[in-house]
Amino acid sequence: MRDVLLDRIQFGLTASFHFIFPPLSLGIGLMLVIFGVQSLRTKDPKWRQLSMFWVRIYGLIFAMGVATGIVMEFEFGTNWSVYSRYVGNVFGSLLAAEGIFAFMLEGGFLGLMLFGGARLGNRLWLFATSMVVVGAHFSAVWIIMANSWMQTPQGYEITQGPNGPMAVMTNFWEVAFTPSFIPRLLHVLVASWMLGAAMVASVSAWYLLKQRHVDVAKTMLRVALPIFCVLSVLQVAVFGAQQATVVAEQQPVKLASMEGLWETRECAPLYLFGWVDTDSETTSGVSIPCMLSVLVGFTPDTQVQGLNEFPADERPNINLVFQVYHAMIDLGMLFVGVSALVAFTAWRRRLYTSTLVLRVLVVNVVLVFAAIIAGWWTAEFGRQPWIVWDQLRTVDAASPNLSTTTVAISLIGFVIVYSVLLVVFFWLLNQKIQAGPPDPQDSEEVESLPDSFGEIFARRPRASSRVG
Amino acid sequence: MWLNQLWFVLYVVIIGGYVILDGFDLGVGMLSPFVARSDHDRRVLLNSIGPVWDGNEVWLVLGGGALFAAFPFVYASLFSGFYLALMAVLLVLIMRAVAIEFRSKRPGARWRTTWDWFFTISSTGIAFLLGVALGNVLRGVPIDDQGNLNVDFLSLLSPYALMLGVAGVLMLALHGGIFLTMKVQDELLERVERLVPRLMVAFFVAMTVVVAWTLFLPEDFAQNFRDRPWTAVFPAAAFGAVLVAWRAIRAGAYGRAFAASASMIALLMASVAAALYPVMLPASNDPANSLTIYNAASTQETLTVMLVVAVIGMPFVFLYTAGVYYFFRGRVQLDDDSY
Repeated sequence: MRDVLLDRIQFGLTASFHFIFPPLSLGIGLMLVIFGVQSLRTKDPKWRQLSMFWVRIYGLIFAMGVATGIVMEFEFGTNWSVYSRYVGNVFGSLLAAEGIFAFMLEGGFLGLMLFGGARLGNRLWLFATSMVVVGAHFSAVWIIMANSWMQTPQGYEITQGPNGPMAVMTNFWEVAFTPSFIPRLLHVLVASWMLGAAMVASVSAWYLLKQRHVDVAKTMLRVALPIFCVLSVLQVAVFGAQQATVVAEQQPVKLASMEGLWETRECAPLYLFGWVDTDSETTSGVSIPCMLSVLVGFTPDTQVQGLNEFPADERPNINLVFQVYHAMIDLGMLFVGVSALVAFTAWRRRLYTSTLVLRVLVVNVVLVFAAIIAGWWTAEFGRQPWIVWDQLRTVDAASPNLSTTTVAISLIGFVIVYSVLLVVFFWLLNQKIQAGPPDPQDSEEVESLPDSFGEIFARRPRASSRVG
Repeated sequence: MWLNQLWFVLYVVIIGGYVILDGFDLGVGMLSPFVARSDHDRRVLLNSIGPVWDGNEVWLVLGGGALFAAFPFVYASLFSGFYLALMAVLLVLIMRAVAIEFRSKRPGARWRTTWDWFFTISSTGIAFLLGVALGNVLRGVPIDDQGNLNVDFLSLLSPYALMLGVAGVLMLALHGGIFLTMKVQDELLERVERLVPRLMVAFFVAMTVVVAWTLFLPEDFAQNFRDRPWTAVFPAAAFGAVLVAWRAIRAGAYGRAFAASASMIALLMASVAAALYPVMLPASNDPANSLTIYNAASTQETLTVMLVVAVIGMPFVFLYTAGVYYFFRGRVQLDDDSY
């Protein structure tokens, strides 16, 4: 058996880097659909102006998402061939379904969405946008489904394959709807919509601070902030809290690691922050008494299992899980605070002028992003030492025919390429934001664009009719 | 067992779809320095593939997913065995996406020229590497009884595999050139029109060398065709498609030429598949270790589920792919949204 640390670092790095983009496309996608609906409803040219602006940013994000997503699709086979053979029957089919149902839908309509501003009327442009956004959400559905199967596998049996044991699907619906799937999906979607709203709010707040594009900035804030405020509260109170119940039931050792809970007890505390010392098996920090028990079972006398009930070789890196988990929940609570501040300032009718609130909103998106990554890390670090929960260990799952040198070469390659990519991404994003929304389109010109399938297929599209 | 056969066919269709669709936009990237004389030309070339290249690349993602699901043992063995080669493919894929996105974002001549070279080199690189990979799959690789490949990166670069890489580059350059004849106009079109017949000749020579070389290889690929004579239809029809493409180019009927070139690619893929069938990855050390559509496949249960998925999903895929291409037909006009 070889050391798999480099493989894990490489997969973690490439997955985390990829994960910058999908939540952004889900969240900004939702915003684009809202802009499209408003444009259709009100015919106010500012909505198309906003769509034009955000579609350009969406295009950049999508391109980065595809480029880094192909890496993920290949990496199971390249670095984790034992895993790939073990789960191909089950996990592979979910990835393939994602390709057919989701990714092709997104890829197919992306061109229409990106180039629709000058070519399509309100209805058709909204249709193309919706198809891309629905595709992005399908994508999330299948990927979270596949990942949830790794967390809480069911609907399979282990048989002897040509090169060792492998999981074989016995019931597709059980594989698809594992106990953790729906709660995790909702948690991720809500987080992504929060990110989209925070992104739109951040750009608008920055415009207001700089006194640029003031009108459209206010419009964007009016769309984004209510969404962000409502979702941030729901995320903490409902969708996030629900995770505690599910994880306690399905992966108790993971929950115990998240909270650094050593002894099984009633009235288990919820830490706000702290430190886990695995040598002395203690956890110290500031905590709310009994709160974890309340989260898990809605009463303080709910018993929560502690780490001592599990063998040491079935526990993850406890302090790491504890820290990333607390980064997420602390930020989650902070977002409720931001929402309260926003609501209060809006009620005082000072939202557009309060420098403090606008500055907070500019920075907020970075924190939402940090929370999302921390949450993903909690789920994945917390799954260790298993790659498939309780079935296959990560150390046993790597490709046996790779040398450490080979993996080191590719890892260094990824670090270099992704660093460059990240810099250029932020630079381009900044450039698009600096450039601001384009001038509003002439409404007569918009009227002349094809806006039904009949019109599209009945005549040559405008783009080519100009050619002699 | 018919499910295994059907999935082999579907897999060839997906890979064929990828090569045909991403093929022409890779070709555009390769030809760019040979036909473009100005920044405007470059942008026209870039925008000829602008609305579709991302969607085309998605076929590769689909290919990866379908292989994982239907033939997980091929997926695991091939991808881990060709590790560094695949990492190189990923690197050029990323480079290319970045080049397309970034090129026109700044006016500076040096900025644009740099990304133009990235675009061309990465487009050529992908076609070349995929050709080399195909060469290695055809000739087989050492596979141990656990299904693991033991090949080092340099041994993948055999003369035969390199020749397939060259043929792949020429095939997609031609395909891209024919595509451009439908997309550009004026002087740029004239330059493309002058280049395409030369590409056709170069490709034809390369292909003849590949076919002859393949027939003289110690692995007897002709045997498969002798066993299943009807499969000889594929290479014969591919040759027919080459002739149709040639005549169409001479006659200036570029729509027909593109259809012929796309058919030719599909038929060549089918010929390769027929030459290998039922093997997917031959073991050069011991034929017993070869991965076939039977010993490398998922269970019948999984293949059935996947078939339901494909039957529901693929018609939609074909439908909106066709719709989008129909919408963006015609020659390129640059506007505010352009790359």
